[in-house]
Amino acid sequence: MTDIRAHLDALPGVDPRAPLLEVRDLHVEFRTRDGVARAVNGVDLRLNPGETLAVLGESGCGKSVTAQAIMGILDTPPGHVTRGEVRYRGVDLLRLPEADRRKVRANRIAMVFQDALSALNPVYTVGFQLAEQFRMHRGMSRKDAKQRAVELLDQVRIPDARRRVDDYPHQFSGGMRQRVMIAMALALDPEVLIADEPTTALDVTVQAQIMNLLAELQQQRGMGLMLITHDMGVVATVADRIAVMYAGKVVEEAPVHDIYARPAHAYTQALLESIPRLDLKGRPLNVIRGLPPALTDIPSGCAFHPRCTYAREICRLEPPPAYRIAPQRIASCHFVREVLGV
Amino acid sequence: MFRYIVRRLLQMVLTFFGATFIVYALMFANVDDPLQALAGDRPITDSQRAVLEARYHLDDGFFTQYWHYVSGLLTGDFGQSLTGRPISEMLAQAWPVTVRLALFAIVIAAVIAVGAGVLSGIRRGGAFDTATLVLTLLVLAMPIVVLAPLAQLVFGIQLGWFPPTATRDANLYELLLPALVLGTLVVATELRVTRTSVAENLRADYVRTARAKGLAPKRVIGVHVLRNSLIPVITLIGVDIGALMSGAVVTEGVFNIPGVGFNLLRGIRTEDGPLVVGFVSVLVIVFLVINLIVDLLYAALDPRIRYE
Repeated sequence: MTDIRAHLDALPGVDPRAPLLEVRDLHVEFRTRDGVARAVNGVDLRLNPGETLAVLGESGCGKSVTAQAIMGILDTPPGHVTRGEVRYRGVDLLRLPEADRRKVRANRIAMVFQDALSALNPVYTVGFQLAEQFRMHRGMSRKDAKQRAVELLDQVRIPDARRRVDDYPHQFSGGMRQRVMIAMALALDPEVLIADEPTTALDVTVQAQIMNLLAELQQQRGMGLMLITHDMGVVATVADRIAVMYAGKVVEEAPVHDIYARPAHAYTQALLESIPRLDLKGRPLNVIRGLPPALTDIPSGCAFHPRCTYAREICRLEPPPAYRIAPQRIASCHFVREVLGV
Repeated sequence: MFRYIVRRLLQMVLTFFGATFIVYALMFANVDDPLQALAGDRPITDSQRAVLEARYHLDDGFFTQYWHYVSGLLTGDFGQSLTGRPISEMLAQAWPVTVRLALFAIVIAAVIAVGAGVLSGIRRGGAFDTATLVLTLLVLAMPIVVLAPLAQLVFGIQLGWFPPTATRDANLYELLLPALVLGTLVVATELRVTRTSVAENLRADYVRTARAKGLAPKRVIGVHVLRNSLIPVITLIGVDIGALMSGAVVTEGVFNIPGVGFNLLRGIRTEDGPLVVGFVSVLVIVFLVINLIVDLLYAALDPRIRYE
């Protein structure tokens, strides 16, 4: 059990004082026949132990691709990381040999996927798929590994785990299946958990259960949780910090309460205004006009300018710099002051 | 599951009667004078003709004849060939030969198809994939009536690597060339299905999960992708076994192998109605049983499928 851990701790460049996970200037592009799609264009993120960072954005803003690049499971080709760093405790994973990187996966950084039905292999029992990690990474026997699988299912509170370990994914309900997915990600006690829209495929009541379970497990284990979502309601309840992404960039980053109280980026503000609110019942909803840009053709300057109500000439010409507006707050908008109303 | 099997068996009974009826009707319509065919060039006297007509129920109507035939079939009596030999005896001699040939062919075809299909599915668009694409197109385009004599001529006679014909008790080496030729009937499709299936499954979400679990590529493909990819392939191989047993007509004819196809061919040429119908009836049963087994196997491979 300690072999892989020891090996990972001895990786060159491990710095105990470095942030748990740090993404710097990450660029990912997809080279397809129709041209190059720039899915991620300079993302900076940072995650500390015990912290929940929500990465928020519309579909196609590059949040899932960022997660896959961190995990090193991009489909290559067509996906390529063209620039940037992904540092786990100071070690740049992108420069690590594949064999070492594979050990980081699941052991140190694990991932929960959106749709557990398609993310689990349909022809193997959940027990097999859970036990597999103990057998491959820890060299356990089939029997011991299965015992651990039962314990894991117990931990994510699947009733009657001893019997259900032999069931196939399709025999579970949506919520239970997502619990299996979480159990699988937590199997090897990772320090970082990336959850890519973990509740999108679920009923609202079940969503809350799953989010609570994730939050609880994170507290118990002191993991860093990177929660990728487009659901602002989910974010408000569990996240410590929020990074808002648009067209492959983080446009605003802030502690969760600040962002809801006073958004600093025109896009964040527009997102918040597009949430239906009970006290504004009867009035037309402020939706963001237009569609997110095609990644093969990202607008010049600030990518949000064609849809922005604040936009002026400068937004089309110059990409906005990242303004540090408070110790933990960054916003990349030419009109930060106007948006904040100061 | 049990109810499913029972229902399938009942369907098989209907299919069996339907198929034999059609074959019987076709043979009935085809034969103009079976007695003359039986006698060959010799003249038949009227009294001989009367005796024979009574023996073979030839003076009855079509449905009565069919009824006689089926009732014989159900009691295990396949009747006699027009050559006078009991058809059950001919079946007993021919079937083992064909089963051996067909199984040998399917094993060769499946090994090649799955092996090459997985490789080209993993590296789509690569040199190996392109090469197999060209080869499979070539094989698909080459009808077996051309390929079989060609292979016999080149490898059997000119190069002398294999014996050009095989006997009833042929060993595997003697059967290798005919089995290869027979296998070409199915190998191309099986290969293409394997390739597509592997390529498709490689893009599946569960593969991404497997990679996120830090599994080595060998395990991701060998364990996770392979089992899913083989589900359609195994189904296809199963159906192909049936196709090969009936498709052996040309191959057995060319290589002179006294199997089912060989007998069937001779029966058709000599207008031997009882022989053809007898052999086809057994073929139908074999086909139906294999299909049932394939469907059950399908459920065993894919846990999502449960038959009610």
